[in-house]
Amino acid sequence: MPVRQGRYTMMLPSAPGIAGYAAVVGKKEGEGPLGKEFDYIYEDAMAGEKSWEKAESVIHRDAVSRAISKAGITPQDADVIFAGDLLNQCMGTTFGVRELGIPFAGLYGACSTMSLSLAAAAVCVDSRIAEIAVASTSSHFCSAEKQFRMPLEYGGQRTPTAQWTATAAGSVVVTKAESKARIEKILIGRIQDYGIKDPNNMGAAMAPAACRTIADFLADTNTSPDDYDMILTGDLGSVGSQLLCELMIKQENIDIGSVHEDCGLLLYDMTNQKDVGAGGSGCGCSGAVLCSSILKKIENGDLKKVLFVGTGALLSSVSPLQSETIPGIAHAVLISGG
Amino acid sequence: MAITGGEYGKMAKKASPPTNKVKNGCFAFLIGGLICSFGEGLGMIYEGIGLNADEVKLMIPVTLVVIAAILTALGVFDNIACYAGAGTIVPITGFANSIVSPAMEYQSEGRILGTGANMFKIAGPVLVYGTAAAVIYGVVYYILNM
Repeated sequence: MPVRQGRYTMMLPSAPGIAGYAAVVGKKEGEGPLGKEFDYIYEDAMAGEKSWEKAESVIHRDAVSRAISKAGITPQDADVIFAGDLLNQCMGTTFGVRELGIPFAGLYGACSTMSLSLAAAAVCVDSRIAEIAVASTSSHFCSAEKQFRMPLEYGGQRTPTAQWTATAAGSVVVTKAESKARIEKILIGRIQDYGIKDPNNMGAAMAPAACRTIADFLADTNTSPDDYDMILTGDLGSVGSQLLCELMIKQENIDIGSVHEDCGLLLYDMTNQKDVGAGGSGCGCSGAVLCSSILKKIENGDLKKVLFVGTGALLSSVSPLQSETIPGIAHAVLISGG
Repeated sequence: MAITGGEYGKMAKKASPPTNKVKNGCFAFLIGGLICSFGEGLGMIYEGIGLNADEVKLMIPVTLVVIAAILTALGVFDNIACYAGAGTIVPITGFANSIVSPAMEYQSEGRILGTGANMFKIAGPVLVYGTAAAVIYGVVYYILNM
């Protein structure tokens, strides 16, 4: 049964294991530095479908199916799936998983969905509500641009702080069985809004939430950044990562610089890939990075303790037009290996 | 120490790389200028083939709109515009692109509620306020000439 530690952290005494995981990505992500780590690279952005949304559903289902088969089970064995994406009504997810027949709970955590779904799955397994729980998420550059920004062929310029929504999906199968990668603790974050209004600078909007979550987790667990091999944020990008490190020092007096990495900066080649701006973003960004190189490194023993902090900007396509600020959220999952 | 909203705004501004206004301005000037020169060249050609002044004034924007629409459909326009910026948006080429791009994007939702309903999603405000401004100008012009 999960036990509360400190004010916000939940300890999972059974430390649910990660039995299988998979990441599938689009062409641009496949050309990035992690290209070889992914399970499959879709050269066709449409994935053989007739719309971007349907394409996202295909890659989402593919990631889930691959994670399930790598875990050595079938979809019928899974007790629950927690999943979500960026689209209205979680369209990419719903239509992706509808044929799998797994009890489905749709989640919206914006780009933090990988950590949110993983936390929910782990809690379910630890509390014995489920023996096998699946967590998954996806994003697609074209469907996200269509919903949140401008049509793809519209001739606008991107600002340097804008991030590139990853075409990617990641999925994890969590079970009570022994595993080389285990989920020990989770923390459901609190919304932080420091008044950023620019939807093209989401790193800045999310950094305070990441700061809050990391500081809460360290305080609850009475640990310091040195106790972790990596503190991995979701998709803060270059601007948000810099702001996070500054905030951690100024606000919390904690220096995470030596162990901090960001999925948004790991996914693309920041100097040579065109238009990536301040880095990758989208649910699939942290989903694909976690479910490829990071979990592999944890299984291999290269990383022993990783605090994965998925970050999300909880804006809608309407809220900036109503002059609303952008609320940020971050959820933490402590994964340990070896 | 808690950081306040105003203080964080300053931190965020400092951490955010600024848009390269000089470079963007130069590209916009060069490519926008090229488009205008091309329009002038079209004018000379149309005059050369014997069209009268009014027909020439009509044919230049029509030609530019058609070219911009075709380049948008071919997926080339946005690649030029990411360098040209205002250079392609401000001339009538930007107007063509702003109509063709959503028309393409929303094809998957059908001809009526997809393409038809969303075609003027970006250009709509220009049409609404452009027409309104023209009406006001017309009324003022009429009163002054009474």
